[in-house]
Amino acid sequence: MTTFLGIPRRSRPSGHGMGHNGLPDSPLRGHTSFPDAARSAVGNTQLRRNLGNATATIRAKRAAVVGELDDWEALRDAGSAVKQQVMARLPELLEQLEAQVTARGGVVHWAADADEANRIVAGLVENSLQPGDAREAVKVKSMATQEIGLNEYLEERGIEAFETDLAELIVQLGGDTPSHILVPAIHRNRSEIREIFLREMPDAPADLSDEPRRLAMAAREHLRRKFLSAKVAISGANFAIAETGTLAVVESEGNGRMCLTLPETLITVMGIEKLLPTFADLEVFLQLLPRSSTGERMNPYTSLWTGVTPGDGPQNFHLVLLDNGRTNALADEVGRAALHCIRCSACLNVCPVYERAGGHAYGSVYPGPIGAVLTPQLTGIDGHDDPNASLPYASSLCGACFDACPVKIDIPSLLVELRGRVVDADRDRTIPGGWDAAMRAASWVMSSGKRFTAAEKAMKAGRVLAGKKHKISSLPPPLSAWTTSRDLPEPPRQTFHQRWRAEHGSSDDAPAPGGEPR
Amino acid sequence: MRIALLATCLADAMFPDVAAATVTLLQRLGHQVVFPQAQTCCGQMHVNTGYFAEALPIVRHHVQTFEAAGVDAIVAPSGSCVGSVRHQHAMIARKGGDDGLAAAATDLSARTYELSELLVDVLGITDSAAQLGSYFPHRVTYHPTCHSLRMLRVGEKPLQLLSTVQGIDLVELPGADQCCGFGGTFALKNPDVSTAMLADKMAGIIASRAEVCSAGDSSCLMHIGGGLSRMRVGVRTVHLAEILAATKESAPAANPASTTATGNVGAAR
Repeated sequence: MTTFLGIPRRSRPSGHGMGHNGLPDSPLRGHTSFPDAARSAVGNTQLRRNLGNATATIRAKRAAVVGELDDWEALRDAGSAVKQQVMARLPELLEQLEAQVTARGGVVHWAADADEANRIVAGLVENSLQPGDAREAVKVKSMATQEIGLNEYLEERGIEAFETDLAELIVQLGGDTPSHILVPAIHRNRSEIREIFLREMPDAPADLSDEPRRLAMAAREHLRRKFLSAKVAISGANFAIAETGTLAVVESEGNGRMCLTLPETLITVMGIEKLLPTFADLEVFLQLLPRSSTGERMNPYTSLWTGVTPGDGPQNFHLVLLDNGRTNALADEVGRAALHCIRCSACLNVCPVYERAGGHAYGSVYPGPIGAVLTPQLTGIDGHDDPNASLPYASSLCGACFDACPVKIDIPSLLVELRGRVVDADRDRTIPGGWDAAMRAASWVMSSGKRFTAAEKAMKAGRVLAGKKHKISSLPPPLSAWTTSRDLPEPPRQTFHQRWRAEHGSSDDAPAPGGEPR
Repeated sequence: MRIALLATCLADAMFPDVAAATVTLLQRLGHQVVFPQAQTCCGQMHVNTGYFAEALPIVRHHVQTFEAAGVDAIVAPSGSCVGSVRHQHAMIARKGGDDGLAAAATDLSARTYELSELLVDVLGITDSAAQLGSYFPHRVTYHPTCHSLRMLRVGEKPLQLLSTVQGIDLVELPGADQCCGFGGTFALKNPDVSTAMLADKMAGIIASRAEVCSAGDSSCLMHIGGGLSRMRVGVRTVHLAEILAATKESAPAANPASTTATGNVGAAR
């Protein structure tokens, strides 16, 4: 069911071309179903150790700093309420933001999809460069620009975009893609990072060790030159304040602040859901975000800027507001909760599935539990062969993500809702799939007591399969998915129904124990 | 009290001793137990796999069957099935356009309890040995299943019940709050990740040096027990209800051969 919110529906975002599965090639859509991608990831021992160590460390840090707040639950409630309000008033708040940014010397651009956003940014970069300038831009870590594949788009046009966040730099130099929203190189360990630096960073010292400090110093040397020479910076935004037109970026390294202050031109690409109504709302979110993401009470660098300040910082500021499927999600009264996400990645760190499969298995720049609900909503699910159709099933529904979410997104319920849509979208198939047939048969059996007890009797055949070992260790496909790693117990001689009937006949009531019931 | 047993389809078909142990406990406390024989399944498998339309007749059958029983409370030896009754039945009825069924389901769910909830919150059990006669002289570790932990928030109730069983050596499970990897049809749809999660759960169980792994859900225990059996770990799984129902008189003669302890600890009255 959908509700019209006053924003016209846009077509689903498209990427730069068509992928080999016949679907648009996009950083939001993979080519492999989750179970298949996860199969190889689970077998990658290095990845398993790197992810296991990193997520366990962040989980412990988060638990410690969240535990020390008496009002954590109240803060989560406040965060959730503010985000609900933002979604309810989004058109109005966006116009307010545009007016405030414009009044303070910035220029606001509206991008319906990835192509339009990329075109706008590339045009702005071209316009900012003088003849003879290096065709380059420095970048602040940003999910929005990952989502639209901006670096690749610029590269095709001869503009080099340099990632300055240490982890993004590792990913970029390694010719890799991010596998985590906050810690994009979480799948790499320090010796792998050392190798990447030595191979891909021309100015890396030859005697570089894998000591974290040495690695950071090498990156710092490498980046410093870029900060000083670049004329254009491109960033994302953690928050935008509609009331004042203020943009906010929170980060840990200070490299973001270099980009936000040194170049002449700053271009910020931001998803339209990142709004907050008032400056005072930051009070809530600057407590929720650092504790949930890096497990810190406060992040080391918080940069706020409002339009252009003469003589201080970039003198040209452009804000590109990105839809790219968001209004489709907003029009969905259940799914819109996914837009509350503040990209803290707490749900990834606590997710047992993410911890074992890693971010790349999700095929989208948004991995983990929130990715499994966000990706299909932003890009749609195009039939049961679309890898996106497997994402809502990439969860055991353990609920750890819901507990960790700072804005209380009920991710397990959203996953179940999306599973329903995957099934419903397939209902007009002439030949039902195996799951469809099995579920329909089970529904028929389980909606009648008589049919259920008759089916239970048939299960006794399993006792023959179990044989003398009294367990079943091998079954044909698709049940082999169970028995490849797990035995099944031998079905009992009597079901509970049969046992009850043997003792009490057709009566549902057991004789009252010791006379009158208490 | 007049209490209906929701045996759950899995315990009914595969682990009848778990259902029998639940009956034993209630009768020991002097309650009138009702087993509505028309009962089948809560429909959770259908809901969680996305088959809402197919879940609707199952939910309707469940509600009609248990409404007709005319009981004060309904108990299930499963956090997951009670979670489905409480958090999904009304939603499925509403999606199916049956608001009357949604209201009836909500009404019924208010009287539906997971076993440890019923025992502690409703029946006031604070000492399993004294009030239930529970005796289980084994080294036991307890896995809090995700839906009992995060959907029902049973908290320490199962541990409180287990810790007061006479003779028990209850030991902590490392990484207890981590999912075992069962997840219903997740175990079939994503067998590799499911197995990887199971391996870590088994590592925790082995590290606890327990002889028995217990939980409040037969489904998770079937998964964990299936892995332990496959690897010949030498640890068996026993449902919480069976441990609580075990007494000095019903002490097991021998370990069962099947993957989970069936057939001896809980059957005696």
